[in-house]
Amino acid sequence: MMNETISPDLFAHLVNLAALQLTPQEAEYLREQLNNQLKSISELAAIPLGDDVPITSHGVPYTTAISPTPRDDTWRPYAHPEDILAQAPEVDEGYIIVPDIPHTSLE
Amino acid sequence: MQICDLSAHELALLLRKREVSAGEILDATLARIQQVEGRSGSLEAGETSPEDQQRVHAFISFTEDQARAQAITVDQQLAAGQDPGPLGGIPFTVKDIFCVRNTYSTAGSRILANFRSPYTATPVERMLASGAVMVGKVNLDEFTYGSSNESSAFQPSPRNPWSLDRVPGGSSGGSAASVAAGEAVLSLGTDTAGSIRQPAAFCGVVGMKPTYGRVSRYGLIAFASSLDCPGPIARDVTDAALMLNAIAGPDDRDHTAAVVATPDYTSGLERGVRGLRIGLSPDYFRITSPNPDGSFDEAPITGEIEQAVLDAARRLKAMGAEIIEDVPMPNTRYGIPAYFVISRVEAASNLHRYDGVKYGYRSPDDEALDDLREMYKHSRAQGFGPQPKLRILMGMYVSAAQYSAQYYQRALGVRTLIRQDFDQAFDPHGAYRLDALLTPTTPTPAFKMGAVYGNSVLMQYADQLTVPANHAGVPGISLPAGFDAHGLPVAIQLLGPDFSEASLLQIGRAYELATEAEAWRKQRPALIA
Repeated sequence: MMNETISPDLFAHLVNLAALQLTPQEAEYLREQLNNQLKSISELAAIPLGDDVPITSHGVPYTTAISPTPRDDTWRPYAHPEDILAQAPEVDEGYIIVPDIPHTSLE
Repeated sequence: MQICDLSAHELALLLRKREVSAGEILDATLARIQQVEGRSGSLEAGETSPEDQQRVHAFISFTEDQARAQAITVDQQLAAGQDPGPLGGIPFTVKDIFCVRNTYSTAGSRILANFRSPYTATPVERMLASGAVMVGKVNLDEFTYGSSNESSAFQPSPRNPWSLDRVPGGSSGGSAASVAAGEAVLSLGTDTAGSIRQPAAFCGVVGMKPTYGRVSRYGLIAFASSLDCPGPIARDVTDAALMLNAIAGPDDRDHTAAVVATPDYTSGLERGVRGLRIGLSPDYFRITSPNPDGSFDEAPITGEIEQAVLDAARRLKAMGAEIIEDVPMPNTRYGIPAYFVISRVEAASNLHRYDGVKYGYRSPDDEALDDLREMYKHSRAQGFGPQPKLRILMGMYVSAAQYSAQYYQRALGVRTLIRQDFDQAFDPHGAYRLDALLTPTTPTPAFKMGAVYGNSVLMQYADQLTVPANHAGVPGISLPAGFDAHGLPVAIQLLGPDFSEASLLQIGRAYELATEAEAWRKQRPALIA
């Protein structure tokens, strides 16, 4: 099952989902690289993984002995909110301005 | 040799004896930067000139005024008989993937080129609290995505001080190049698949990836959150230990920072290796590389690197270590394929935040003015370079509902196998009972600029011998081990159990002592010789 390639249509779908847009040259290069990467990861399919092999999402086990106690979920005021707002591309009276969000009908 | 070429521990002694001042150390460092740096990375670099090809280009931005103020403070403290801190007056650079308040914190990307961080990352805060003097922020592969530093949006990208037509490695290429060229004594890097150890190996310096969770990630611009590790780059083992002392430890702002006591990493450095069990694995002496048709070739690593590892084993044995051969690490070769999947899924998730709304680049295009989604697309298309785009697309593909089981879930299972290799090698009651595994850091010395860049698969395979430690979370250190016939640095790597940094540093220091009389220890890059 791991020998498929990403077709131009599927690639265009991914680009849209990723909120990107690409020039034709970029698209050609990136799709070629993606398919090369898929070839190189194809060997994952051949590795014997029994049902008893758990997944590892972090290498070092998070035991209670080494994990901090979760801190209280309380808000703390930040001393310089104006510094945060100063990073926004467009601000008006403390509000971040964005373009219109087009109306979408949910089906 | 200038003041800026001394180690942090040598400078700390001279400072305390008042034989040199922090101001003089900074002056020497800035003079070296003036001598070797050339123009630093920028978004509008144009063509690389012949003069550019003779310079290091480690930096993206400088913090000279802040550095001067810090150096004055250190000198005032010394004059008043106060302790300026263990790293007082020592110049360091910061990979530009760390947020530092009121500095541009770019991640080597156009999309963050205008971002001035409102806060400072914990490891940087701790370096400053130790008295270290920050001279600037150094270049990296865009968002750390690469092994050569060539993918940065800020060009010219750094060059290898030992051979200026070669890459310094990546992604902490600016860090390793700045330390190797004497533009800083220490540098703070990050390692997600080898991004501290591989450039350290290419540039002939020491680089340590601590255990995952040993150093806080607070304020580190995230790539792959389950793999990213901040760590030290230095010119010798003692300096790496001093720096780890400064940056390691729990942090209530990062829940993945482990609550594990931080020893004094310098205290056991001279204990030697008598009685320690150090392993060699045949699985680290060969590399697997993919062909364009999808088949794989297996080849031995570069002969001079293999010889350097075997020579290190002989020397450590002569000093009393027990060398255990033929330790099986059979899943080493799957590190890169699993990494291709896991890191891309995490990267895609982390990169969704760059949208032109809260900070960073927003496209000025007309089409982006009236429609939020068009603004996202234009901003991300123009702000991201090819490597982030590639990682986003790959991450979305392999984590999509219909493909996740065969790619992402399977890769996480393979990660378990890689972890089990290490667990078995280091199990104190197992067959091998290793204190450390001795391996090469890289399959080859530094490659030529342009030789690999553009081939995303081949570039990734440069990390084949470093990435297993990231999957497993275990610590690793790369140590300079001489030069090949072309004068390029070669390196050895030590890998150890969770939180065994002190032991790796101890073995590394023993190796330094075992080789201190070798002629290669006296060599310095031609541009500063």
